[in-house]
Amino acid sequence: MDTVPVISDKKKGHRKMVQSMIRYVILTVVALIMLYPIIWMVGASFKSNSEIFTSIGFIPSTIDFQAYIDGWRTKGDYTFTLYFINTFQYVIPKILFTLVSSTITAYGFARFDFPFKKVLFSLLMATMFLPQVVTRIPLYLFWNRLDLLDTYVPLLANSFLGQEPFFVFMMIQFIRSIPRDLDEAAIVDGCSSFGVLWRVMIPALKPALISCVIFQFVWSFSDFLGPLIYITSQDKFPVSLALRLNVDPSTNTPWNQVFAMSVISLLPAIILFFSAQKYFVEGVTSSGIKG
Amino acid sequence: MKKETVGLIYIAPWILGFLLLTAWPILTSFYYSLTDYSLARVGQTPAFLGIQNYVHLFKDQRFLDSMRATLVYTVFTIPFQLAFALFVAFILNFKLKAINFYRTAYYIPSILGGNIAVGVLWRSMFQPEGLVNIFLGIFDFDPINWLSTPVGAMIVLILLKVWQFGSSMLIFLAALKEIPQELYESSSLDGASKWRQFVSITIPLITPTIFFNLVMQLNNAFQEFNGPFIVTGRGPLNATYLSSMFIYDKAFKEFDMGYASAASWVLFALIVSSTLILFASQKKWVYYSDGGGK
Repeated sequence: MDTVPVISDKKKGHRKMVQSMIRYVILTVVALIMLYPIIWMVGASFKSNSEIFTSIGFIPSTIDFQAYIDGWRTKGDYTFTLYFINTFQYVIPKILFTLVSSTITAYGFARFDFPFKKVLFSLLMATMFLPQVVTRIPLYLFWNRLDLLDTYVPLLANSFLGQEPFFVFMMIQFIRSIPRDLDEAAIVDGCSSFGVLWRVMIPALKPALISCVIFQFVWSFSDFLGPLIYITSQDKFPVSLALRLNVDPSTNTPWNQVFAMSVISLLPAIILFFSAQKYFVEGVTSSGIKG
Repeated sequence: MKKETVGLIYIAPWILGFLLLTAWPILTSFYYSLTDYSLARVGQTPAFLGIQNYVHLFKDQRFLDSMRATLVYTVFTIPFQLAFALFVAFILNFKLKAINFYRTAYYIPSILGGNIAVGVLWRSMFQPEGLVNIFLGIFDFDPINWLSTPVGAMIVLILLKVWQFGSSMLIFLAALKEIPQELYESSSLDGASKWRQFVSITIPLITPTIFFNLVMQLNNAFQEFNGPFIVTGRGPLNATYLSSMFIYDKAFKEFDMGYASAASWVLFALIVSSTLILFASQKKWVYYSDGGGK
């Protein structure tokens, strides 16, 4: 082992400063490299198509919103107005269903005893690790038989029946951190179990509920495979499927329009992230959510 | 009302959902995997075949290609992603000013990564005339045909996934904050270097977190679909034809449900067995301070 070098305080301070400088430099350079593609894309969406792939710089020579206007209108029969309406038509109900079903399920698991609780809880945990790939085909056949393909029902069913294990687990973690004394006090005051849920749990769970809203928003908004499998009529396409229409390899891709619509489709998540950053971080760290 | 029934009422929707949307599909998908069941032929019902689908799979070059691509993708993605996440978390943990800024910057790709827009962006960046080659051109590198060479295309996909290391990083960061500062201080007095501290204090204490991230990311990488589907499609020469895409093609383009179910069971078995191996290996390398499981 090395012997401890004797360094004067001044020298030590100097070395510390250099060390922390190095850290800042590394962190900044890496962060810039990582975020540059996105910054560049925002710039490119204002450029003309001939300008886009000529330079590494992101600042356009002239600011031109034409790509946004043309991109929004699309070359097809429908505009992005419809694609956004379609997206929200299932994203909003999905968020609401997730909130209600995950809270109720978590409340049941965290606060009550019932027969086979241990088994059921292990099953809940197991579904968190269950590869979705194995249920996809039978579910498709199931919705096919019910004649519900090409509707938003298959995209919503899981959230309606509490089959969003990450959110259920996150809620359970949060409910466990609420002192039971609060429940008991409320019961003494004459609250039913539902009253406890409504008056005690919900107010205390506000941060968890917000985390739940923002994660479910970001995930379901960007969900691609679900709509790809279930939604076949173009007038029902959500934004994620519409974006893919734009990058048809057979034609000359108008990249500035593609980038303009990409920027718009990323915008909701970015705005949400910056306005509710704290809840993202809490959500990830409290339940070890996926990524 | 008895308290026992009350609890069951609250979880009743979940039980129904579990039976209908999880348990039943798992069982039926195994049954379908043993049948010849094509939706393309009108009115066909599943006809029992035994293990024939599985036998065919292992003779199907496209399936074997997809398994190889999936393994390569997973094996190269996870170590880089976790090492990077841990490295950045480790630096961020030195009481830096502006930690919030950096945390945000590094987490953004994870938030946006699943979005098709990012896939589209990556596809454009790695075109022969794209951003990456322009950048390399500054250093006088010849343009690389990223997406038309098997190795290049795979590298692009791996980079895309590693780029999204943010949530693993946040989880690591939370774990690093839990390590008592005194441990570092006393070993500093003993003259241990930062690197030595990292290896002999930090790593052992966060093995449960490494384990957790490993399990989650493994599950994730084996099933990756969106990014690769948009960025490389399947090519070139099936080099990036991941199993999830093979299953998608068989099931939802060719409607060969029996065969696709068998393929999904092979992938399922692969994921479950590697997860189980990880769980079994825990005793060897994961250190739980309270002696119990996470």
